[in-house]
Amino acid sequence: MQHFSGVGVMPGRVIGTIRHMPPALSEPPAGEKLDAAVTAEQAIAGLKEAAASVQADLRTRAATASPEAKAVLEATAQMATDSMLLKGANKLINTGLSAERGIWESGETVAQMLITLGGYMAERATDVLDVRARIVAALRGVPAPGIPDSTDPFILVAEDLAPADTATLDPAKVIALLTTGGGPQSHTAIIARAMGLTAIVAAKGLEALESGTEIFVDGAAGTISTSPGDTERTAVDAWLKNAALLSVFDGNGVMADGHQVPLLANVGGGKDAVKAAAAGAQGVGLLRTEFCFLGRDTEPSIEEQVAQYKAVFDAFGSKKVVVRTLDAGADKPLPFLTDASEPNPALGVRGYRTDTTSPGVLARQLSAIATASAGSEAEVWVMAPMISTPSEAADFAAMCADAGLATPGVMVEVPSAALSSEAILGQVSFASLGTNDLTQYTMAADRQLGPLAALNNPWQPAVLRLIELTVAGSRAEGNHKPVGVCGEAAADPALAVVLVGLGVSTLSMSARSLASVAAVLKTVTLERAGELAQLALAAPSAEAARTAVREALPALAELGL
Amino acid sequence: MSERLATIASASGLHARPAALFAEAAGALDIEVTIAPKGAPEDDALDASSILSLMTLGAAKGDEVVLRASGDGAEAALDSLVALLETDLDAV
Repeated sequence: MQHFSGVGVMPGRVIGTIRHMPPALSEPPAGEKLDAAVTAEQAIAGLKEAAASVQADLRTRAATASPEAKAVLEATAQMATDSMLLKGANKLINTGLSAERGIWESGETVAQMLITLGGYMAERATDVLDVRARIVAALRGVPAPGIPDSTDPFILVAEDLAPADTATLDPAKVIALLTTGGGPQSHTAIIARAMGLTAIVAAKGLEALESGTEIFVDGAAGTISTSPGDTERTAVDAWLKNAALLSVFDGNGVMADGHQVPLLANVGGGKDAVKAAAAGAQGVGLLRTEFCFLGRDTEPSIEEQVAQYKAVFDAFGSKKVVVRTLDAGADKPLPFLTDASEPNPALGVRGYRTDTTSPGVLARQLSAIATASAGSEAEVWVMAPMISTPSEAADFAAMCADAGLATPGVMVEVPSAALSSEAILGQVSFASLGTNDLTQYTMAADRQLGPLAALNNPWQPAVLRLIELTVAGSRAEGNHKPVGVCGEAAADPALAVVLVGLGVSTLSMSARSLASVAAVLKTVTLERAGELAQLALAAPSAEAARTAVREALPALAELGL
Repeated sequence: MSERLATIASASGLHARPAALFAEAAGALDIEVTIAPKGAPEDDALDASSILSLMTLGAAKGDEVVLRASGDGAEAALDSLVALLETDLDAV
């Protein structure tokens, strides 16, 4: 077994046989003279014609290529008749050199200039050399160099690919791409990423392998080995299974026993919402409205807010969108709302509390949310951040009622809210646990301080205990008012299982975590999740809780999560 | 001979797509247009329709370049090319 390594640019595990790119066109001999029967003028005209035919050929390929490949192919086609390249060749032809040698040297000069410039330019040198080889092939009347033809799928090995090659890559034939040269910014890398084709660049030594050799490629690790055995085949199988599971969320959060756990997205604006909806999110569990306000000196108008909120609502059709009212203060100061001179802003006038110092902003925001909601199909819920007492919850519910908003709720991120959740839920329709702040306030550890990172861990059993108390408060209140989680905790597949086991009804997270969380939830029943939650609550530390739960969830290791 | 000063607006500079679009526009004109960095001697000016020349010029966003042309329609041609350079072609 031989091993090679390079820079992995596209993950994937593949076993297959290799094919090498055909040897590059042979160089026209140095000093090759113009044929005695041909004048310099005729040779120059012939070169122009060859260049034009190469350009036409590249443009034809561009017409049927993917959008990414199209752009590079068109740029390469443009190079084929470039005045710098051709004038350089013409000058040499006029000194008596053959057209083949002339364009060869001219291409070399231009490529060297680009290499000297470094970076992006140096990587474009390959394009110039590719165009040069194609022109020489056209002059000689031989087929242009390119990807080998094969009836069976193969792993392509090349020194580096030019756009013209990558553009004609048939992903049904080429199952992985390996280059001995190139870099992570080369066309090979760019196009492999765009095509989702497993690829490794800069893997030295592969040129010595014979065509037809069977190899194992791990695009994530950037490793290649010959004579793959059972270990490698198992790795490929595992990858295929994971890739299928982890790339797509089917829009249905459900456990092994059929218990539904709607998986929602945290979003911060209209564009975000469109992406989250496309990723299958079953609604929005946290719309951060700060995006409307941050970076401004004055409050945005109601009309402006309506348009921004409506863009998010419309992305989700008739699904649920939970809007969090402005959460300014602490790490998100706003000049018209918060006092920057507070000695301890995390414990200062932030979130819902700004309504006491700057009344009016919240009422206008609620009115904008109500107007946007009335103009859309979405099921709009509204919640206030930093609620600490039942009377604050009651005041917020009254403001929502005044604005015409039917479903008021609160964020539970202050320990006092978790401890009094029964009384708080007596005033509002739902609660959403903000685990980031709840952890910070429970552990008295600033979220932004690196040395306190170990304390700032949502696996801390004390934090889990407060989550359990919040759910218990809802049960005691008696009206089945939902308690969700919208925080980093929900995006951790193992912790997501624990949260559901603690009785949380929905999980909201960044859209890219939906598929992983869904894949793990699917392997566990609600009852088992309850047992794992008890395991975590009983653990002596955050690390012990995490380890115990992860060990009890074999799906995590299988999925590589 | 007409001259114009232009500031490169494309985020990536005069590379890749912006360079391709500019070279194509310059090549489509009936007159020859040259491009040179601001302050460079006129003799060192490059063919504006050559994508390779544009790439070796290595102009970055914010760099100033001089466009030159003579003959009928030179003024209008230069105006249109300046407008192109002063547009962020990466964002189009």
